Amino acid sequence: MAITNIFDIAGSGMSAESVRLNTVASNLANADSVSNSPQSAYKARYPVFQAVQDALAGAGPTGAADASVKVDGIVQSTTPGTASYDPGNPLADANGYVYSSNVNTVEQMADMISASRSYQNDADVLNTSKQLMLDTLKLGQS
Amino acid sequence: MSFNLDSYLGIQPDALEVYSQRADVLAANIANADTPGYLAKDIDFRAALSAAGQGGDGEGASGSAGGSLQPRITSPDDLGAGSPQHGLSTEQFLKYRVPLAPSLDGNTVDSQMEESAFAENNVRYEAALTFIEGDFSNLNTVISD
Repeated sequence: MAITNIFDIAGSGMSAESVRLNTVASNLANADSVSNSPQSAYKARYPVFQAVQDALAGAGPTGAADASVKVDGIVQSTTPGTASYDPGNPLADANGYVYSSNVNTVEQMADMISASRSYQNDADVLNTSKQLMLDTLKLGQS
Repeated sequence: MSFNLDSYLGIQPDALEVYSQRADVLAANIANADTPGYLAKDIDFRAALSAAGQGGDGEGASGSAGGSLQPRITSPDDLGAGSPQHGLSTEQFLKYRVPLAPSLDGNTVDSQMEESAFAENNVRYEAALTFIEGDFSNLNTVISD
């Protein structure tokens, strides 16, 4: 039955959005992390979403339209972090500088809200489809 | 005089089929709302349903008084797998959505529009179900009285 595809599709969307929420949590948690070199400083992480056309193509009557989503990988932001002079910090380098992460907390909060809205949309689709399937199962019984 | 359940139920079962496939497509759009480069699609409902009413592409429609959907092979694997796909392939009625506002990452999904289309599609699905339900309960009355 075609409608069972919806559960796969919405489920893949929810799992992708939860990966995104995870990276946001990790980025926010490390927003104030410092390091003793620019290379080892924490870099903000972002998931890369990709539509999966081939896995379901041809399986359903709508063919390639049934695209679920997957996380293709996690990339690290290349924005340079800031260096601050803090000789008292045990992690400070020879010149007394510590290097903080390049996490933009405002951007992360916006990303979090966007991910949570998308997750809610997917959950909503799942719930409604489930209700429709149950109604269809009860067809002719009343 | 023989009774044909297909013609008795009319176009509603076909509509149900197309609605459920459209729900599939809209769910895919919503799931890919944040995928860069994803192009939102939708089913041309009128074209899909009128093709459904004529029995697909006009093949295999003979012998059906109501002209409803015939089981047809939609994939070369169907016969081998022993599970022929029933219903109409709506792949040919898929259209790309025209985006209202361009986005930098090439994604053309408008979450609000997809959500409202999904909700509307569900209401129509429920309506078709109600019509079929009514047909069955009429039938039940005839049988039991």
